[in-house]
Amino acid sequence: MRFRLLRGDTILTIALAAAALLIIGIVVALAVNLFSGASSSILKFGPRFLIESKWQPSNDVFGALPFVYGTLVTSAIAIVIGFPISLGIAVFISEKLKRHLTFGYLLGTLVDLLAAVPSVIYGLWGVFVLIPLLKDYVEKPLNKSLGFISLFSGHPFGYDFFTAGVILAIMIIPTMSAVTRDVLSVVPNSQREAIYSLGGTDWEVTQKSVLPYARSGIFGAFILGLGRAFGETMAVTMVIGNIPSISSSLFSPGATLSSIIANQFGESSGLFQAALIELGLILFFVAVTINGLARLLLWRMTRGTQVNT
Amino acid sequence: MSGMQLEKNKNTNFDSTAVKLSTKDLKATYGKVQALKGITMDFPEKRVTAIMGPSGCGKSTLIRCLNRIHELTPKAKVEGEVILDGVNIYSPKVDPVAIRRRIGMVFQKANPFPTMSIYDNVVAGLKLNGVRDKKKLDELAEKSLRMSFLWEEVKGDLKKPGTALSGGQQQRLCIARALAVEPEVILMDEPCSALDPLATAKVEESIVQLKKEFTVIIVTHNLQQAARVSDFTAFMYLGKLEEFGETASVFENPKNELTEKYITGKFG
Amino acid sequence: MIAVILAVIPLLLILGDVFLRGAPAISVGFLTHLQKPPNVSGGGIANAIVGTFTMVGIASLISVPIGVLAGIFFSEWSTTKVSTISSFMNDVLTGFPSIVLGLFVFVIIVLPTRQFSAFAGGVALSFVMLPIIARTTGESLKLVPNTLREASMALGIPRWKTIFRIVIGTGKNGLLTGILLAVARATGETAPILLTASTSIYFAKSIFQPTASMTVLIYNYATSPYSSWQTQAWGAALVLILIMLGLNLVVKLTVGRNLSGKLEL
Repeated sequence: MRFRLLRGDTILTIALAAAALLIIGIVVALAVNLFSGASSSILKFGPRFLIESKWQPSNDVFGALPFVYGTLVTSAIAIVIGFPISLGIAVFISEKLKRHLTFGYLLGTLVDLLAAVPSVIYGLWGVFVLIPLLKDYVEKPLNKSLGFISLFSGHPFGYDFFTAGVILAIMIIPTMSAVTRDVLSVVPNSQREAIYSLGGTDWEVTQKSVLPYARSGIFGAFILGLGRAFGETMAVTMVIGNIPSISSSLFSPGATLSSIIANQFGESSGLFQAALIELGLILFFVAVTINGLARLLLWRMTRGTQVNT
Repeated sequence: MSGMQLEKNKNTNFDSTAVKLSTKDLKATYGKVQALKGITMDFPEKRVTAIMGPSGCGKSTLIRCLNRIHELTPKAKVEGEVILDGVNIYSPKVDPVAIRRRIGMVFQKANPFPTMSIYDNVVAGLKLNGVRDKKKLDELAEKSLRMSFLWEEVKGDLKKPGTALSGGQQQRLCIARALAVEPEVILMDEPCSALDPLATAKVEESIVQLKKEFTVIIVTHNLQQAARVSDFTAFMYLGKLEEFGETASVFENPKNELTEKYITGKFG
Repeated sequence: MIAVILAVIPLLLILGDVFLRGAPAISVGFLTHLQKPPNVSGGGIANAIVGTFTMVGIASLISVPIGVLAGIFFSEWSTTKVSTISSFMNDVLTGFPSIVLGLFVFVIIVLPTRQFSAFAGGVALSFVMLPIIARTTGESLKLVPNTLREASMALGIPRWKTIFRIVIGTGKNGLLTGILLAVARATGETAPILLTASTSIYFAKSIFQPTASMTVLIYNYATSPYSSWQTQAWGAALVLILIMLGLNLVVKLTVGRNLSGKLEL
């Protein structure tokens, strides 16, 4: 038997491994370079950066607090509005429409199309359609009648946390509902049949067997949606006002980690620029943690099966 | 076993049969499970050898070691030797890819390549190894399809997708595909277990013809099939070789108690 | 249920508005002229269209080969530690806040070259596309039944040919889908190219110069106080949506039974 050089196989293995290692390398390089870009800001402000609420480019004073606040508030609004709706859609499509597969598929496609709309177009629509709508039909009335509650106080003029939260909600619904749909589809039918055979209605089956079984997967979808909300930039930056402020009112303008970077990076330099990059670094860690957590949860839930997320 | 079936195999002269393939203390594991516990046996040239035994006895693992397919499974390990024409195919100097061209395999469930036509399936092993001569490909395609008794049924439309055939036809297609690369040994892992009796009969017909040119080793759990097509039979149990001999004598006079129990249906 | 209606309404509203408000702006001139100052008529988005295509093109050249190779590794060497770690990292990178990717490329390319460029924009977009392609390639190839690999190897076909001719041959629909989805995603991105390619009112003369792009143009025009520019923003949005709908349609048509198409974008 002749000895044949396995050149083809060796080259392939090296190329493939290189590509895979590159991906690991990218994540590492990402962290390293963000650190280096933010270095002057990190050195100057240290850990105080995270709790400093002043952001004054003209005085070289920078702090991340207003943006962490903004990110949390807008994401919270997005989740409060978006998660129940996503769950509702997912349950509706996967459970109720099981017998009408085409309609379910069409509906699913429609919702998925929402996911394909670019962020900047959401922003465009947000500026010219949503803001006037919310301002006149939601914010002003709420402000008039419930203005004594700090949440609804202030002078609403549309560019605020609330609008940003609503737009984020619309943007994360497709992702969350798609993942939840996949998770629900993995629940074995035997689970459903158990409750059906005890005389349960559709809703009871969903409530008592499907949802509890899919609990960790749904939680994973929730986290994934949260991660998406944290990182969204363009739509938010176009409707939030980009004023670094910490206010208890939903109707006051603010800024998120990503929106302020998009808004001010173009005119930044030196320490200002480094501070913005440091905000990006914070966002990086948040994203890695959340994404990582979500993936772990989803992987555990659907171990072995193919989930397209 | 009907006496008539065994008659067919009694007429061959076995005395001066050469050994094509043999194993020496072959051991195989899947992770922590030891599937083969040291098998030493010979496979006679240009004969059909059947390997039988109850589920889990290691018969599939054994033939997958013969063409070095077993080691492709993650966490699978092989120890010992498999000797083809005097050379150990597990020696580090030997190229497994070259071995697999000399030892072909037909799997339990027919697995034609779904994106290829009947013709392309048959010549896949040749084309993907650089054979370009259209005339040669056509010749080998026809020859292989004839040997697997599929030619008459498909010659009219070789461009049809391979998966458009029935289960039995697909399996004969896979046999043709294995034959086209002109191997010396053909391994078959329960090739008829997913087929109906009619399709099975056709496959068995071709197996009996194949031994004129090839050494055939077939794993089967069907006792009658072993009796019908094989010249030699090996009986395995829990990773060990319990008995080996000419089919007729193994079936009529099993020397091993376990063999006898299996043949008379007491287990397996 | 109410939930569904609540979700569908915005979609219809958005698409409807884009079509209604954008249609008036569309004309052949719009698609072929350069940008003009706010109150001068005859402005177009030609350079933005070219810029977007250029950067997505660069991004594809980088991300498709690497992504496909990584995906193959995830599928065919899935039991190795390297594959598990890399695949996990890849999943983390999927859907990463694209502005952070923009900052990354700013630091590694724009700063050293002291230059905003289409090239930097393309690289930034490639980081958006790469994880998607690697992921979908890996998932598609994993769906190819293992028995086909064994059949191929048993014929004496070497592993690399088995992978490229048999495995990829069988799973190629999924691969193409993934690539098209990644392209669609990159076409709609704004933040990464805002920070790296900046913008321009001319056609870029080389890829090492700044360039306009449809998304950045929409952003700039929409947030400007000029109504003529705002109308053009809608027009550009319409063109962008049409391109993306077109890409998504191609995906749905080629997907068939392989993948359900329910992929995170």
